[in-house]
Amino acid sequence: MRLLESFAARSPLSQALPASARPPLAQGPERGAGATPAPDAAADAPLCVRGLTVAYGGKPAVFGVDATLPAGSMTAIVGPNGAGKSTFLKGALGVIPRVAGEATVFGKPFARARHRVAYVPQRASVDWDFPALAEDVVMMGLYPRMGLFRLPGRRHRETARACLARVGMEAFAERQIGQLSGGQQQRVFLARALAQDADLYLLDEPFAGVDAATETVLVSVLQSLRDAGRTVACVHHDLSTVAAYFDRVLLLNGARIAEGPVAETFTEANLQAAYGGRLATAGLAAPGAIPATPAGSPPAPPPGAAAR
Amino acid sequence: MEALAALVAALTLQAGWNASLVALGAGMLGLAAGGAGAFLFLRKRALVSDAASHATLPGVAAAFLVMVAFGGDGRFLPGLMLGSAISAGLGLALVAWITRATRLAEDAAIGAVLSVSFGLGIVLLTVIQIVPAGKAAGLEGFLLGSTAGMLQSEAVTIAVAGAIAAALVFALRRPMTLVAFDPEHAEATGVGVWRTDLAMMGVALLVTVVGLKIVGLVLIVALLIIPPVAARFWTDRVSTLALLATAFGGVAGYVGAAISSIEARLPTGPIIVLAAFAIFAVSFLVSPRRGVLAALLRRRRLEARVHLRQGLLALARGEAVYDRLTLRLLLARGWIRRDGAMTEAGRAAAAAAALDEARWSLARRLLPEAGVAERYDGLTPIGESLTPDQIARIDRGLARPEALA
Repeated sequence: MRLLESFAARSPLSQALPASARPPLAQGPERGAGATPAPDAAADAPLCVRGLTVAYGGKPAVFGVDATLPAGSMTAIVGPNGAGKSTFLKGALGVIPRVAGEATVFGKPFARARHRVAYVPQRASVDWDFPALAEDVVMMGLYPRMGLFRLPGRRHRETARACLARVGMEAFAERQIGQLSGGQQQRVFLARALAQDADLYLLDEPFAGVDAATETVLVSVLQSLRDAGRTVACVHHDLSTVAAYFDRVLLLNGARIAEGPVAETFTEANLQAAYGGRLATAGLAAPGAIPATPAGSPPAPPPGAAAR
Repeated sequence: MEALAALVAALTLQAGWNASLVALGAGMLGLAAGGAGAFLFLRKRALVSDAASHATLPGVAAAFLVMVAFGGDGRFLPGLMLGSAISAGLGLALVAWITRATRLAEDAAIGAVLSVSFGLGIVLLTVIQIVPAGKAAGLEGFLLGSTAGMLQSEAVTIAVAGAIAAALVFALRRPMTLVAFDPEHAEATGVGVWRTDLAMMGVALLVTVVGLKIVGLVLIVALLIIPPVAARFWTDRVSTLALLATAFGGVAGYVGAAISSIEARLPTGPIIVLAAFAIFAVSFLVSPRRGVLAALLRRRRLEARVHLRQGLLALARGEAVYDRLTLRLLLARGWIRRDGAMTEAGRAAAAAAALDEARWSLARRLLPEAGVAERYDGLTPIGESLTPDQIARIDRGLARPEALA
């Protein structure tokens, strides 16, 4: 709900979205748990992963990763190709089976806190010829709340439209998803996640193959989620924008290399450790220089490209 | 004429109580098959259900033998259905197991299970021919479907089971949609992909088993797949697709069974499948969205617009036009004469086209915020894209080019 309120406050949509149009509040004491930090803060964190190990066909892709996403943070999950960034997300959510380790969401096993998580997989996992309009895809984010038999009502449709408007896609609501550009598809997927009205947003390479305008929209929506107290984590490839977009970083290369606030963690030493010397140092000067890069400055030579 | 009268009688349920019951049962089966098939089609599992349907044959034969061995009537339909469901379930489990345990792709596993179980079933049918009670069993009817001599209780069984399958499809439509569209997202939201696929195959299995008697195991897959494929031509939404596929399946089942009831030797399954194909063929040809005729027409219209526009612009520049299609189109509009010279109307049209083009090119400079560059396609008159105020502004610019510099 905080989500809808937060954007209702800054857009004229608040008038178009009567209180009855809003999805029901998730009730219960756990909603307020984040406000008063428990003695062990990590235990109630939006996402707490301990010793996560995931293997594909006998070969571990991610091993022994510990990570904690604090509430109200926005984390970049960074690492070279094959470092297990996507696998980390999928393993944490149990989309693929874990070999070892555990993950809790707001202090609970994932299965019992699913409704508080919105996951946006890579675009490649989708069948683009599927007969669904942009609006239908967003509506899928509301299915868990609709149950088996209820037909979508007007307020569901209004919520879906409001989520599309939030990502600047309302004009495309009735377009079949395959007829949208890559950036537009990604926006629709973010709108589906918004419709889920979650507290934790996990996105797998949301900026891959999208145009600059879409990237700006996605970042500003994600940042406003964070500012409203939600927690966001993205698998991210472009090292030159990490400091501008995110406040925390998780560096992976199979195992965890480093985790923490960008200013302390996103250092050349850590990057070299993650990328194993494959990273050309051009553009990455002294450790402090990277976080200091202002958001509006012309992009540094993308070191991510050199790493590939 | 007599055949036509018989067909009309059959379609309007005038051809006797039994034939009507069979047609209604087949219609109900078609509804269930179309609905279940819509989601199989979306999940791209059509061939899996083909493996399942072929794997019913050993079960049918085995159930017959067991029932005869216990002194019962070997042709008792619910018993045969149960046997076929068990062996089809085993076939499906085998496909899943082969795909998981080995690195074989699913299509290889399907091919192996389909052919082996069908072969086994045929051998068992031959064995049944030798058994004294088996001579008149008529189990071959399960291959291609047969409604001749169908019992009333059998038709009712089929209709009820078909209705149950259709209800299950309705109840499962949301999880099945989520899993078919984006399995990873579905898994993360708690819609188990494995569980949903299992339930979907269960419904497909039910339809297959129910359809054995009427459509036959060889062709039941067609009744699952053709209706959604035909429906896809008409819509870009899952809900509409599922409803249309259900309707198409129902019509095909009903009409096909009615036609085949005219003459006892007509196999029911093939006729139902042909009825479904007729729906597909019509959709394929005339659907305004994705049909071939509509696509052809759109292409022709676009060609004509491009040729006319470019012909006019060439004429406006004083160039000669050589392209035959362009000449023919210009001539048809009365914009040129046979000798290629412009008519009065042609001069006006060419001037209008040239003005439009000039306005567009200036609009790109004067109104960058209006997104002119994206809207320009070399065909659309600028009046459809910009407001009169904006055009007036452009025209002032055209009148005084020096002021713009």
